[in-house]
Formats: sequence, C-alpha cells, structure tokens
Amino acid sequence: MSIQEELNNAVKATLPDVECVIGWGGGPEALRSAPLFMREEADVEGFKAGYFSVNNPALYLPEYKGKKTAVVVKGCDARSVGQLIAEGLVKREELVIIGFPCAGVIDVDKVNTLLAGRCEPGEVTAAREDGNAVVLDTPAGEIRLDKKDVTADKCGRCMYPNALIADAFVGDKREPAMTEDDYADLAAFEALPLEERMAFWEKEMSRCIRCYACRNACPLCVCRDHCVAMTRNPHWVSQADGVRDKLFFQVIHATHLAGRCTGCGECQRACPVGIPVLMLKRALSRQVENLFAYKTGVDIEGTPPLLTFTLEEPKIKERDW
Amino acid sequence: MLVLEGKELRIVGFLCNWCSYGGADTAGVGRFAQPTDLRIVRVPCSGRINPLFVMKALINGADGVLVSGCHPRDCHYAEGNFYARRRLEVIKGLLPVLGIDPRRFEYTWVSASEGQRWQHVVEEFTKQVHALGPAKHVPDAPELEALAKSAV
Repeated sequence: MSIQEELNNAVKATLPDVECVIGWGGGPEALRSAPLFMREEADVEGFKAGYFSVNNPALYLPEYKGKKTAVVVKGCDARSVGQLIAEGLVKREELVIIGFPCAGVIDVDKVNTLLAGRCEPGEVTAAREDGNAVVLDTPAGEIRLDKKDVTADKCGRCMYPNALIADAFVGDKREPAMTEDDYADLAAFEALPLEERMAFWEKEMSRCIRCYACRNACPLCVCRDHCVAMTRNPHWVSQADGVRDKLFFQVIHATHLAGRCTGCGECQRACPVGIPVLMLKRALSRQVENLFAYKTGVDIEGTPPLLTFTLEEPKIKERDW
Repeated sequence: MLVLEGKELRIVGFLCNWCSYGGADTAGVGRFAQPTDLRIVRVPCSGRINPLFVMKALINGADGVLVSGCHPRDCHYAEGNFYARRRLEVIKGLLPVLGIDPRRFEYTWVSASEGQRWQHVVEEFTKQVHALGPAKHVPDAPELEALAKSAV
C-alpha cells in the first residue's frame, strides 16, 4: 500500500471524531497545491500529500481553536504546530496530528526560472513525480527537471523530515538532510560589507507591493486583523510608498517571530515578488538558538525563551563600560 | 570633552524612569560635562521598551541607540529588566543582516546614584558612534527623491 493510500485510510479513520481534516488538494495551477478541508469521506478523493504539498496547514489551526481538528503535516508543519501548542495558541488535546515522511517540496519559483524561454509559468498542464525527476506537460512538450534543482532551499537544511509530534505516523521515518542548522546562508550574506547588505535590502524591498502575503501565510502570525502594522496609534508603518516603511514592516514581522519562527519558509514562498524575507527571521532564530539553546516547535512542554528569564544569563555577555 | 569634534550626531536614549533617568539627572546636578548628541526618551521601565522602538529609530536615521535601565535584581517592577535583557540581546542579532553596524546599539544598567558612571557611559557610547560616523539612511521614497533631484 502506498503512503498516499495509507494516509487516506488514516484520514478516513479520523474523520468521524473531528470537525475537519486539513490537508492538501489540487490548486489553481498544475504545479500548485492548495489547502484542502476534508469534512466527509468523499472529500478525501481530492487529497494528495507529497512533493507538491507546499502549504503549511498549521496556518489554519488557531481559527479552529475550541473544535477538535485533525491536520496532516510534513516535518516542518509539525514544528509550527508544536510552537502553537507551546504558546497555548492551540490545544494539544483538540488536535489529531497525522504525519508522514517528507522528502522535500517543490519551489515553483525555481521551476519558473528553469522554464523561462520554453513556456509561460501558467502553461504547465500537468505535473508528476518520477523518481528523482519532476515531469511537466507543457505546450512545448514534456519537460523533465531534476528534483535537486527545483526543491525548496529549506528542505536542504531540514532537520525534522518526520513529524516530531504525531498521533498517527504513516510510512518509514526518513533521515534528516542536516542534523544541525549551520546558518551558512547567513554567514555568506554577512561576509558582504555593511553597505552592500543595506543596499541589498533597499533593492529587494523596492519591489514590495505591501500585499502582506508574507504575514497572511505565516502560521505563527496569529494577530490577523489586529496586526500592529495596521494600527494608526501607534502609527508604526505609514502609508508612504517608501522602502523604509516596507523594510520596517519586515522588521516588525521578524521581531514578532523572534524565538517563535520555525523556519517553514511560507513567508518567502508566498511573496509574489520573490523577496528573500526568510533571511531576517533566520537571523533572529540563530540568535535565539545561540543565546538560549532553544529550538522552536520541538519541545511542546517548555516555555518559549522570551516569555521567561533567569536571574543570571550564562550566554548573555553584557558590555563592561 | 564637552563637545566631540565635528558634527553632532543623533543618538536616541531610552531611559528607565526609576534608575537611569535619575542617574542622568544626578550627572546633571553634579555638573558632569557630557557630549550633547544624546536625546533622551523617558520610559517607565526598561521592560516597557518594545524592541521596535530601537529598530524604528535605527531605520529612520538615528546614528545610535542607547538603552539604559536598572541593574538586574534592582527593577522597580521586580522583573522588567530581566525580560528587557533577553529581548534587547535578541534584536542585536538582526542588525548585521539588515546592514546596520551592531555597534550603533548598546544597552546598559545605570542606577539613580551613579551620575559619574552615566557620564562615562554617554561619553564612551558617543565616541563609539562618532567612530562609525553618520548612519546611512534608508531612503524614504527613492523615486520621489530622484524626481526632486532632477527638478533642481
């Protein structure tokens, strides 16, 4: 029995006990999946988990607080769920978590870059996996792409491909791509001179259209309509169409995720103009990891580091004036 | 050292009402000469300081930001500065990635009686910021700026 069939059975077995099961289904285009909310057995037909299941279903869980809900998760999604539980934003006893071994997910932006000149992004009519390749049906004929060229960057540094917390786990556990995140991408960026780093953000943020898709796709941005960026008092972000306000919004997003971001990369994936916003969040994750030895979303019992303190901070070296 | 050489820079100070603001007052009463680059914002507690205060100041063109509160274990509200210490240390990690020199931001603890120490902190930090020079400003609206330049 394939993993998909086993997952279908697990979902069907869970359905009677829950409000709905959140998984993935077909999206607006062949390459894109969309979240699927399964309420009855017939809905399970459209369910598909695997290489194209990019969305993070943990995003919808706070909305379902108070109702018993089930969710199908990849390893990274499970961390988001874990962090939501650790912060008390969802309740463990209200959740049924179904995990499966994740072998990485597609990055549609990378595919579109590779397809440039051969066909338009929306023209792919079908996509399927074939071993280590992705096969696309396009007007220009069948195109085979190597998976390693089109897999999301976050999967290359995945430490938890198997859901850490799961009530049901389908399939055999996979080996992680990395046992410890070395933040090599940040180190490479920080090797640039300061002026170039700021110029980089100026250039990147000038494309921002302030659609706030990054915020809406973030499973831990739970303020929703009460986001501090929308308030007039204090007026954190003005309506001016300037790089400064756009960048400051990203700073708000990053600081509000300090010690909470699990690095699922949904902000960056959702960005319609391809701004690498995950880097800012990773910078803070690295800092939190170094200071407090805290990995987000791994320990559902522990207190997040910024919600507590110790009298002596062994890792904080205060400046001696 | 009354006024540092060259142009005055803009340093924003966030000071806790109960200790550091009193300490700055003590320094003033004692007539300890200090550089004049620091602009002080009084807050009820260092725990009141939203890390975004610091980030907003730096992104909007402050050349330096100095936060000062009560010494750990001396907080008027018992534990505000413990939380502040964690938060402020964490946002230090964001500065290098944004292209802001991390030396433009410091936090410290000065009590109400430490006028001399306050003078020392302000002098040292002002020197440190002057060594870095004025901060590069993130342009507010580059298109408008270019338009304004072409009109001249």
